Amino acid sequence: MIKLKNILFVLIFSIIVLNSSNSAEKSPPFLETKWTFKGLFGKFDRASLQRGYQVYTEVCASCHSMKYLTYRNLAERGGPEFSEAEAKAIAASFEVTDGPDSTGEMFVRPAKLSDKFVMPYANEQEAKAANGGAYPPDMSVLVKARKGGADYIYSLLLGYSEPPAGVELDDGVYYNKYMYGNKIKMPAPLSDDLIEYTDGTKATAEQMSKDVTNFLMWSAEPHLEQRHKTGFRVIAYLIILTVLVYFTMKKIWSRVEPKV
Amino acid sequence: MSDHEYTPSSKFGKWFNDRLPLLTLANHLTDYPTPKNLNYWWTFGGILTFCLITQIVTGLVLAMHYIAHADMAFSSVEHIMRDVNYGWLLRYVHANGASMFFLAVYIHIFRSLFYGSYKSPREIIWILGIIIYLLMMAAAFMGYVLPWGQMSFWGATVITNLFSAIPLVGESITTWLWGGYSVDNPTLTRFFTLHYLIPFLILGLVVLHIWALHVPGNNNPVGIDIKKPSKDTVPFHPYIVIKDAFALLMFCIVFALFVFYQPNILGHADNYIEADPLVTPAHIVPEWYLLPFYAILRSVPDKLMGVVAMLSAILILAALPWLDTSKVRSAVFRPLFRQFYWILVADVLILGYVGAMPAEGLYLLIARVATAYYFAHFLIILPVLGWKEKTTPLPLSITEPVLGGSPNLAAARSDEKIEKTIK
Amino acid sequence: MSDQKDEKKTNRRDFLFTATTAAGAVGVGAAVWPLVDQMNPDASVKALASTEVDVGSMQPGQSLTVLWRGKPVFIKRRTDDEIKKARAVDINDLKHPEKDEDRAKNPEWLVMLGICTHLGCVPLTDKGDYDGWFCPCHGSHYDTSGRIRKGPAPTNMEIPKYEFVNTNTIKIG
Repeated sequence: MIKLKNILFVLIFSIIVLNSSNSAEKSPPFLETKWTFKGLFGKFDRASLQRGYQVYTEVCASCHSMKYLTYRNLAERGGPEFSEAEAKAIAASFEVTDGPDSTGEMFVRPAKLSDKFVMPYANEQEAKAANGGAYPPDMSVLVKARKGGADYIYSLLLGYSEPPAGVELDDGVYYNKYMYGNKIKMPAPLSDDLIEYTDGTKATAEQMSKDVTNFLMWSAEPHLEQRHKTGFRVIAYLIILTVLVYFTMKKIWSRVEPKV
Repeated sequence: MSDHEYTPSSKFGKWFNDRLPLLTLANHLTDYPTPKNLNYWWTFGGILTFCLITQIVTGLVLAMHYIAHADMAFSSVEHIMRDVNYGWLLRYVHANGASMFFLAVYIHIFRSLFYGSYKSPREIIWILGIIIYLLMMAAAFMGYVLPWGQMSFWGATVITNLFSAIPLVGESITTWLWGGYSVDNPTLTRFFTLHYLIPFLILGLVVLHIWALHVPGNNNPVGIDIKKPSKDTVPFHPYIVIKDAFALLMFCIVFALFVFYQPNILGHADNYIEADPLVTPAHIVPEWYLLPFYAILRSVPDKLMGVVAMLSAILILAALPWLDTSKVRSAVFRPLFRQFYWILVADVLILGYVGAMPAEGLYLLIARVATAYYFAHFLIILPVLGWKEKTTPLPLSITEPVLGGSPNLAAARSDEKIEKTIK
Repeated sequence: MSDQKDEKKTNRRDFLFTATTAAGAVGVGAAVWPLVDQMNPDASVKALASTEVDVGSMQPGQSLTVLWRGKPVFIKRRTDDEIKKARAVDINDLKHPEKDEDRAKNPEWLVMLGICTHLGCVPLTDKGDYDGWFCPCHGSHYDTSGRIRKGPAPTNMEIPKYEFVNTNTIKIG
């Protein structure tokens, strides 16, 4: 009976933990996709990350910043893994303001690997002014900053529809069934064949949503692959050591009653 | 402290020990007679020591990279997560370590409640424990503010506003705590300072906690006094050390699962949005380990009384050794108390659950009932139970059956057997 | 017979204890590494490992100090006289024998870490008994090639890895 209570205790505890972290508002269940980064050995799909970067830079980047990313990240292990030359070329296609130079003037130069991603707006106020008062959030850690994470972002990108009867929308407000309150100021950003993938993949809205969500997941958790790899090793090690310690304990306690 | 004289074998050892008796202390700690019937619920003391050290070490290292400034705190945390070598690991261990610390401390506290470890002559150990627990809450709360995300900022705002409930001086105290007219940079820097300080206070109190423990020695599942050292005890090393190590490793596996596979599940998504004094998140919820108290706070409709109720819920524990009037320590021999014990456990879990829910409708009603029961347990049930309850006979020692062959010895050894004997 | 058995038992137990202790020690060691490694230069610091300097406007005799990896780097466009002086020295007379030809591949340009090899101060340019650099901290004199000539410093000022990207730009690192 008491053992049962112990199990019950653990059960209630875990339900509460899970529940409190998911106690979201009632939104429809997320669209289902298979993410390669989930699971014990989860890894990113490199090609998808590279395409995701393309979607970001050609579509999202006109409004959304990613201020914690640097161009060198694009060539780092566990990410999109562009070659260093490719990453340098990407960086060089952007212009950053540097300085002051020896005469005290600021100057514009092509970005280097060590530069942060160039932001679409100089500051939050400018971003708001250009977007009807809504601030397009920085996307560096966006996946971790939303309940539901990658599934939510993916669903949101594909969740646009005509408002149901009876829902009035103001100008510049759109209906999205996954958005909190269902009203969103961002128009549906992706549509079939909006961009042309350099690797020839067909750019359907689903494909682009998936790719860009993968990219955002990586940008929020750049060390995810290392974390999974290290985690597996650590846990395997702990299990082996636990077994060893268990037998050592048995041995030591064999000298006394009651045994453990 | 030691029950017997200890003389180091080497000449230098003796010379050193006469001047600073570290060897005597080490000898006391290794030989420390421990009841040999301690079950796995007793391993959480060691696990908590591990948690404290882990938090201090990872915290120390994180402080080398963190910047306590309202404009830079959030990005310095991102810098740790992205650029610092193993920064992601250190931060996730530290953040999840706080949750693990509380998980362990709750088990430790409820173990004490079940086996009556707070009773005479262990009241001081218990009260030191309550102070440690209070400091842990303060450290955890201030630590949660440091990343300067939305939950950090609004959590800090809500909690510091609790002080404004104090009559007359409340507002001034809140302003004083903030160092301004709202939570801002001065608040962040002082929270960082205190967050750095408190763990060392806890460390000092832990030393006292263990010192106070080593005077009467450990309680045990049977709850009777035992002679030390005797055939009822084993030396701490290697018996208890190896058992604690085994339990600690099991605990570490759970810890690692969180750190490596679900590092953000115990946190809040909103805390990855940088603090914005103009926008409050839709739901402000504290970390899971503070939820029961949050539920008590919200179940009282009056601002001041809510704060008083929440504080009392913790402070009432300090009076527990005198509220529980029963002479029998272990719940194993207190059939009625045992029922109420499990109801209390359920009550606290329910409080935790409703603490995470919006304070309205049915949730609020449940929170009020559960709050009332929580206080009733300590203020009414325990004192009454002490003189009304008929306890089952206690054994004379933990190894010998009671005169007349009571089956309780077996009961004391393991939980499953208890149930069999009762049926 | 029974003795032998006991011994065997002891051996097995010893093996178990040793294995457990060893495995535990390995784990502790591995856990310490992240704590140590976090103090090494992080990814953002490493990314700044090279700096490009525009030297197009420098006249002979002028010098420039730039920051590279948090340290000063002296870039000196030497005059013919200074080059001549530096190359005339018999390297056998030097405390740290190095040819000027090796230190300045392009004789007109001297690029070196502006840090005194004694205790890390920054020497003053165009000062000292050899018209090169002089360290005010403990009186080390360097010549026009940045070589130690007098004073407590043990070695010449260090030459970092650098290259001319084009005629006007030097890339350090």
